[in-house]
Amino acid sequence: MKAFTYERAASPAQAAEAAARKPGARFIAGGTNLLDLMKLEIETPQHLIDVNGLALDSIEATPEGGLRIGALVRNTDLAADRRVRRDYALLSRALLAGASGQLRNKATTAGNLLQRTRCPYFYDTNQPCNKRVPGSGCAAIGGFSRQLAVVGTSDACIASHPSDMAVAMRVLDATVETVRADGTERSIPLADFHKLPGNTPHRETALETGELITAVTLPKPLGGTHLYRKVRDRASYAFALVSVGAVIQRDGTGRIAVGGVAPKPWRMQAAEAELKNGAKAVTDRLFADAKPTSQNAFKVQLAERTLAAVLLEAKE
Amino acid sequence: MDSIGNPRITRRELLKTGAGVAAALAAPSVALARDKQDAAQPPVVSKVSFEINGKAETLELDTRTSLLDALREHLHLTGTKKGCDHGQCGACTVILDGRRINACLTLAVMHEGAKVTTIEGLGTPDKLHPMQAAFVKHDGYQCGYCTPGQICSAVAVLDEIKAGIPSLASDKLTARPRVNGDEIRERMSGNLCRCGAYSNIVDAITEVAGKRT
Repeated sequence: MKAFTYERAASPAQAAEAAARKPGARFIAGGTNLLDLMKLEIETPQHLIDVNGLALDSIEATPEGGLRIGALVRNTDLAADRRVRRDYALLSRALLAGASGQLRNKATTAGNLLQRTRCPYFYDTNQPCNKRVPGSGCAAIGGFSRQLAVVGTSDACIASHPSDMAVAMRVLDATVETVRADGTERSIPLADFHKLPGNTPHRETALETGELITAVTLPKPLGGTHLYRKVRDRASYAFALVSVGAVIQRDGTGRIAVGGVAPKPWRMQAAEAELKNGAKAVTDRLFADAKPTSQNAFKVQLAERTLAAVLLEAKE
Repeated sequence: MDSIGNPRITRRELLKTGAGVAAALAAPSVALARDKQDAAQPPVVSKVSFEINGKAETLELDTRTSLLDALREHLHLTGTKKGCDHGQCGACTVILDGRRINACLTLAVMHEGAKVTTIEGLGTPDKLHPMQAAFVKHDGYQCGYCTPGQICSAVAVLDEIKAGIPSLASDKLTARPRVNGDEIRERMSGNLCRCGAYSNIVDAITEVAGKRT
């Protein structure tokens, strides 16, 4: 691990300002992903700004009838929150499907959104990776790609986004609240938060240099049946091959997003309009532009079957 | 360095020898990664005070020091084990401010004023914690390397169930979670046991939870 200087942030605005001013600065909250990457020298920050002391760890009701989730709310606490369990069960289930009990106790809401891909070539510093070293190439294309994305990819990168929580938040139309280095605040719809790779796979989010996530806001509850089904290589503590997050209403309409298949939670309203025509009609739309490799082509059919299982469960 | 064949060699020395070999094998990739970087900045030392197993401790540490390395290398509490050092195996599980975490994936300097309980703080050879006694009774280990992490995790798991924190194995999110095999297996999935003592570990935890297997 590279040496770094360390400070504890005094306020969100001060943290954002310091992060923009100091070269090579990164925020650290739970640290479960960042420290892992620092040990491998994939991340080499020269300065860490510890934001754990900022009072961003509460979940509050909004005037619109939704919830405002502080950036530092731990995954365990968010999944266990009484209101989340009752009104946003999809979010609880997605969180509980991710990582391990130990990691969920540390991992934060903002950090979960910002976690990096688990592409094996991103992790191997001996291999080219456009995300890790822009312009170096992509070893995953033509390499071991079973776990990687099938849609939303580019010739530069086929990395998949690993988060379960983000899939649920995408279904729920969450909004990311931030403070920028100049002290101004803004809201970014989660739909626009994660970027597709294109020619710049190292640019993963809409955040500017120094910009700090302060909260994630959920609109008022949708009602309906909340389901999250995750398919993976072992029954617990593994990343998704495919996951489906869904809120299905009694009349058969609803919202769905698919995880494990794209560089961001994969949701299309045109696909949701096909829900009454069954799972295949939905996934045909979702994966119309898919460019799978020979190793991960199975994900398209797996997504259809996982969605079929979810729709069946919603009827029970 | 003693040879492996020397009968006087301790397990710790043997492990050090093994680690040295692994480091030598890994050296080319590390060197290659470093070539891409600018000159490294010198180590930064920072002071941290926390309470470990009820005892106040103050350390001057390189900011890079994980909580795990602070416990093992600086406080010589070697009960907590380093397995993967990447949060994948759970051997380093300790209880931080009442919650189980992977000590390898957090920096010691981030825990000013924190209270940490390690396996040494749960019980002693003369006065075992009930979970330690249950692991012995049910033979919940073979080589024993994952055991301190398993036990710290198991103690926290029962607290989590008691506090009503749900898991993926909970049928209803809004109901109180129950103690059963499915719940224990799901909640303990962050602790790997390569000897495969899992069924006995579940038996031990179930007994401490006050249920019959």
